Amino acid sequence: MNLAQLAAFSPVISISGAVLLVMLTIAVRRNFALVSFIAGIGILASLSAVSVIWNHSPVQVTPLIRVDNYGLFYTALVFIAGLAVMAFCYDYFKDREGENEELLLLILTALLGASVLVNSSHFAAFFIGLETLSVSLFVLIGYSFERPKSLEAAVKYLVLSGVSSAFLLMGMALIYAQSGTLEFSGIGDYVANQQAIDAMVLTGIILIVAGLAFKLSLVPFHLWTPDVYEGAPAPVTALVATVSKGAVFVLLLRYFLTGGGYLYSSILTVFSIIAGVTILGGNLLALLQTNVKRMLAYSSIAHMGYLLVAFIALGSIAPKLVVESVTFYLVAYLITTLGAFGVVSILSTITTEAAEQSFYQGLFWRRPWLAAAFTLMLLSLVGIPLTAGFIGKFYIFAAGVDGRLWGLLLTLIIGSGLGLYYYLRIIVVMSMSPDLDTYEEDVPARTWVSSATLTVLTILLVWLGIFPERLITLIQSL
Amino acid sequence: MILFALIAVLFFGGIAAWFSERWSPDAPRWISLLILAVEALLVFLQYSIIDPVDYMTAGGFTAWIADLKWLWIPRFGISFHLAMDGLSLLLITLTVFLGFMAVSSSWSEIRNRQGFFFFNLLFCLAGTVGVFLAVDLFLFFFFWEVMIIPMYFLISIWGHEKRTAAAIKFFIFTQVSGLLMLLAIVTLALIYRGNTGIYSFDYFDLLETTLAPDIAYWLMLGFFIAFTVKLPSVPFHTWLPDAHTQAPTGGSVILAGVMLKTGAYGLLRFVIPLFPEAAHQFAPVAMTLGAVSVLYAAVMAFAQSDLKRLIAYTSVSHMGFILLGIFSWNLLALQGSVVTMLAHGISASALFMIAGALQQRLHTREMGNMGGLWAKIPQLSAMTLFFAIASLGLPGLGNFIGEFLVLLGAFKVNVVLTVLSALVLILAPVYALIVLQKAFYGPLQQSYQLSDFGRRERLSMMLLVLSTIWLGLHPQTVLNVAEPSLQQAMNCCQGIEQ
Repeated sequence: MNLAQLAAFSPVISISGAVLLVMLTIAVRRNFALVSFIAGIGILASLSAVSVIWNHSPVQVTPLIRVDNYGLFYTALVFIAGLAVMAFCYDYFKDREGENEELLLLILTALLGASVLVNSSHFAAFFIGLETLSVSLFVLIGYSFERPKSLEAAVKYLVLSGVSSAFLLMGMALIYAQSGTLEFSGIGDYVANQQAIDAMVLTGIILIVAGLAFKLSLVPFHLWTPDVYEGAPAPVTALVATVSKGAVFVLLLRYFLTGGGYLYSSILTVFSIIAGVTILGGNLLALLQTNVKRMLAYSSIAHMGYLLVAFIALGSIAPKLVVESVTFYLVAYLITTLGAFGVVSILSTITTEAAEQSFYQGLFWRRPWLAAAFTLMLLSLVGIPLTAGFIGKFYIFAAGVDGRLWGLLLTLIIGSGLGLYYYLRIIVVMSMSPDLDTYEEDVPARTWVSSATLTVLTILLVWLGIFPERLITLIQSL
Repeated sequence: MILFALIAVLFFGGIAAWFSERWSPDAPRWISLLILAVEALLVFLQYSIIDPVDYMTAGGFTAWIADLKWLWIPRFGISFHLAMDGLSLLLITLTVFLGFMAVSSSWSEIRNRQGFFFFNLLFCLAGTVGVFLAVDLFLFFFFWEVMIIPMYFLISIWGHEKRTAAAIKFFIFTQVSGLLMLLAIVTLALIYRGNTGIYSFDYFDLLETTLAPDIAYWLMLGFFIAFTVKLPSVPFHTWLPDAHTQAPTGGSVILAGVMLKTGAYGLLRFVIPLFPEAAHQFAPVAMTLGAVSVLYAAVMAFAQSDLKRLIAYTSVSHMGFILLGIFSWNLLALQGSVVTMLAHGISASALFMIAGALQQRLHTREMGNMGGLWAKIPQLSAMTLFFAIASLGLPGLGNFIGEFLVLLGAFKVNVVLTVLSALVLILAPVYALIVLQKAFYGPLQQSYQLSDFGRRERLSMMLLVLSTIWLGLHPQTVLNVAEPSLQQAMNCCQGIEQ
């Protein structure tokens, strides 16, 4: 490894360093605030490493990792999301009994896995990254083990994730058997040079898609999602919804772009069907929920479906617009989801998760700023102007129209119509008169770290909704 | 710059009104009044800029009074482009005028959370003004959606007993149809890029797009559905009676008076100029829908026992005339549509204000529970008579001029539909007079202790009466302002008419 490669790899190295440092600190002295602080600094250091190597030419660090602006952008995104999750975790866990310090360690390892994942150019790195991420998530989901739901969710995720990894490995093996290489670009060359459709490779790709669809919770691989979202502590849910899904989607896109997966039209047909049922299924099932966390889970399923619409356009339009659309949408989705779960975690008390709708009744009049932030997040999920979600939806439309995916776009419109109903229902509940008897005695906990983070997220959401040009320029330069 | 101020004053004024609540619970309404006064001043400034000579040199974009263009999202050729012509000026004037009425009718009706109420009211007006000014399609869609949110809050927070369902229904109808329009807008812009190689969402650029006939037809449908949902016309009208019935009076005034007009404005500004051939081909269908709305809604209105629901159906009926007029696409019918927009805005708002005043006094909207009110509240009853007669189209009042011109213009295009629509001249008196029969004549049902109109209500009503009479007796002022822009819109599609 030469110096340039070492520099290019520095964000991942520094986040690993942070992991070690946090581990040692915990061994010496258990102090939640201190450990949180060190972990936060660790992420900031990794972010500054990203900014230093930003805009350098792409570097191949060993055959496994390729560091380019595309990967770095997402690395930064994942780190920032991790930072926000940590802020929510701090207020959520600071007053709880038990040993909460390892939580931060696990978040850092999850981020490490995600950053390897988004930069990988080889099946091995792909798998290592994904497993590092998933293993950290098992533990995080079950972190409040005194709540039975949390433990159940962790076990469920563990089993299903294991199965999906098995699919993934089998798919990789099949592709390797035919092409003789594990590198994405090598596979791309192989696929491009084949005259006829190679059944083995096709099967392999389909198995990989199935494996990744588990992680992205696309219908019909979505069954774990609502339970895990409901069971996991709110900030951890935010991590699952943003970092894990975002990183996996980025990898999917990179693999398809360099691995030539989009050259098989049948794969795109499979994706079209998945996207259609994901949009409809997610939205229809969300209608039935009264629990806010489960509702957000189904809504995130639907959003992955929307994102797939842009992804499928890959078959017929220039990849540049697809990458741009997906990236913008992911940024908007990350901000919105973090914000929404941030609100849930701020509202949660030591004894109960703020998942039932009764928690939100009259929020507008009890805690107007929090309610306003949540309303904006929900409107962004709907895709209403003034929020980043609108520009994201506009991008999906642009990519879809360019790729002439009329059927999928109509499905998307129907899905959004259904979606409106359950998002608005929460807004309605928030605008009702507060039920004074129930909540008079509970004094809101002091949550200024989370509140500050939420404020920043809300401002970003509106800012990107009104002035998206800077981000667009940045994304275009990737 | 003044165009931007027209929107910004309302928006930031709304925020000011919201925060002034901390200062005193009654401050928001005074602030709103002040903001509307400033806005009115800006609108009058616009009138003074009009130079009527300019219009005679038709061709080009001389019908535009003011223009403002800032880059917004250059990536897609989207700009913050506002422009004003006579049509938008008239509608903005209506918006501001009814804004005053909405504030007046909410003055004592809204007692809780006044700050947020007046914020939503002004925000809604800001969105509407934006819709009337935007000539970038992306920006237009932006305002189109932005205007729904505050209206949603107005209905869902300060509405009546079934407000939640009504508000959600309203939101879903407009949003889903809006997405169809977004789809059409994006497709149009991408076709433009396919033809010229550059992205643009600018109205004036897209006017020159060449489209294959079948694509044009589909795109036209996307816009048409969005606008007829908002208008509304049969079969997309079902949200309106619910939304109106449940909305607070101020909300109803804005909804009936201004928001419905955005649908008509969209048809006039976008659907026909952008897709002249397709619209021409589609005109028989649209005109039939218009005629069906006119008649069906009139019959439905007669069948209602809830006063606000009845008025809501009369709105649908009047909007049918507008649809009929716009798709007749000749100057007479278009002028008629514009006058109907203004006259209906005024008369429907007045009727909603009366219904609101009655509800505030009687706590019911059921006409079955009223009766014999004339003896108790003569002024209110007389006003009801006046506006009921105005809305049935008595000559000398605004609505007559509009409907007459529409029928005159439509007759040249489609005799059968015009004759059928004219039947409403029989139905309208029936539904208008039934209100008076049930609620105001006959024996008094209960012994109420009722107060007649107060000073504020009397003043608002007088203003509405005067403007209706003025529209009826001297419509020429309005016709003159609207003519250049209508003439210009017709120029784009001249080839088709022959």
